[in-house]
Amino acid sequence: MSRTDAESVRGVEPVEPLGGLGVAMAATLKRDLTLAARRRSDIMNPLAFFALVITLFPLGISPQPALLATIAPGLLWVAALLATLLSLEALFRADYEDGSLEQLLLAPQPLPALVLGKVCVHWLMTGLPLALMAPLLGLLLALPAESYLVLSLSLALGSISLSLIGAIGAALTVGLSRGGVLLSLLVLPLNIPVLIFGTGAVQAAIIGDPVGPHLAILGALCCAALMMAPFAIAASLRISING
Amino acid sequence: MAFDSLDVFFAMGGHGAYVWSAWAVAALAMVGSVVHARAEHHRLLRDIQRRVRRDTATPRTDHDAS
Amino acid sequence: MWAFIHKFGSPKWFYGISARLLPWCWSLAVMLILVGSVWGLAFAPADYQQGDSFRIIYVHVPAAFLAQSIFVSMAVAALVFMVWKIKVADMAAAVMAPLGATMTFVALFTGSVWGMPTWGTWWIWDARLTSMLILLFLYVGVIALRGAFTSRDSGARAASVLSMVGVINIPVIKYSVDWWYTLHQPASFSITSRPSMPVEMWWPLLLMVLGFYAFFIAITLMRTRNEILRREAGKHWVRELAAGGA
Repeated sequence: MSRTDAESVRGVEPVEPLGGLGVAMAATLKRDLTLAARRRSDIMNPLAFFALVITLFPLGISPQPALLATIAPGLLWVAALLATLLSLEALFRADYEDGSLEQLLLAPQPLPALVLGKVCVHWLMTGLPLALMAPLLGLLLALPAESYLVLSLSLALGSISLSLIGAIGAALTVGLSRGGVLLSLLVLPLNIPVLIFGTGAVQAAIIGDPVGPHLAILGALCCAALMMAPFAIAASLRISING
Repeated sequence: MAFDSLDVFFAMGGHGAYVWSAWAVAALAMVGSVVHARAEHHRLLRDIQRRVRRDTATPRTDHDAS
Repeated sequence: MWAFIHKFGSPKWFYGISARLLPWCWSLAVMLILVGSVWGLAFAPADYQQGDSFRIIYVHVPAAFLAQSIFVSMAVAALVFMVWKIKVADMAAAVMAPLGATMTFVALFTGSVWGMPTWGTWWIWDARLTSMLILLFLYVGVIALRGAFTSRDSGARAASVLSMVGVINIPVIKYSVDWWYTLHQPASFSITSRPSMPVEMWWPLLLMVLGFYAFFIAITLMRTRNEILRREAGKHWVRELAAGGA
């Protein structure tokens, strides 16, 4: 933040807004990445949760590989969805409590772009690790071998949408003292299309159907979320801070 | 008229329980909404009247400060 | 146009005009629903496949239509509130949410009850029932979010954002659920396309749908008036009104 402030104070060049935006986004990314690197447990917890939930299903249902393999795509996706949800509450919480969120709102750069940076870091710290870890858990669930790549791809692509949509809910509930359950209530219904097409991609890969259409729809959902969600997140943050 | 007698009408071709329970829930929800809205209206008006009376009883009043 | 919108935004003006509109809405709603009910229950011919259990359609379909329309109306009201800062729009949005949730519940209940004689089970993960269930969760989310804020204005604006996000998502959810469960009855009723039902079954349904919409308008006007009384209780005109009449 200090760097952006210095830039804007010194900023005499006429292209200040454009250059300022790039610098501010880079600063937001760098700051959040540094913070995330210092709080490793925030990265590890969703992964541990993901693994734990997947462990519960064979215990709760049946250890038979044939049965597990049929429900594995859905289980992996639902568990990844819940793990993302779990990490969302912390997305703006620390910044809200130490006041740096207000600084972000006061910045001269457009807020949607800055929150996009924050969501990007969130995806790098939860969505991407979950996608990379999923094949390992797929192995535990006897997921057919030909679907591992698609599982990772669909999770990586889908979790961008999950992070973006979830950030709206996180922004709406950040000012509330007990926002956790409410956050799930707001975000889960909106995530259903991503879940449907994500699971669909993995199932298509298992039965040997083309996976392109599913991944294309996931990509379309991701693009739509990228276009619209930052504005909704920014508006929600303003409501939560100023209200 | 699709039915010959009142009994046949209530029986609904053996599906009476389903048809009538669905219609009853719909009717209940709608009538309930109306009753609730009317009761709410009267309660709010009564509350405001009570407040007006209380304020006019005390000499110092400030009407527009809610 | 703009002057009209701001006049519409005055709670006092709205309170007055809605009082004049209400009797018309109510008589229209009662008339349409009564005629539609009697026609649908007693005079429409039984379905050749489902027998008389199809008569549930006359409450199920209007309730399902209303459940979706109320969400859209709520989002439009939220947009009007966010753009023009018109308080009446938010009051309307606030009272629409519980009504929409009620209608969604009615649609779910009647759909479920209809499922028993038709499919032989109380619940099937049919595309339309599933979408309806998700819609119910969306309504619950909007209502819960509004209630979670201590400041009324923050709650109103948060609920507005969520309604708008929800309404953008509803078509996506609907199409993805349709795709997910493609094995279901085709939509039985549409205003634009030619009816696939016999005309004598279709007319009462149209009356019921229109009646439900009139009911929705009437109850929304009524409850928005209540909301005006609640929020403007300290205002001079409300106090005069309460002291004078009623």
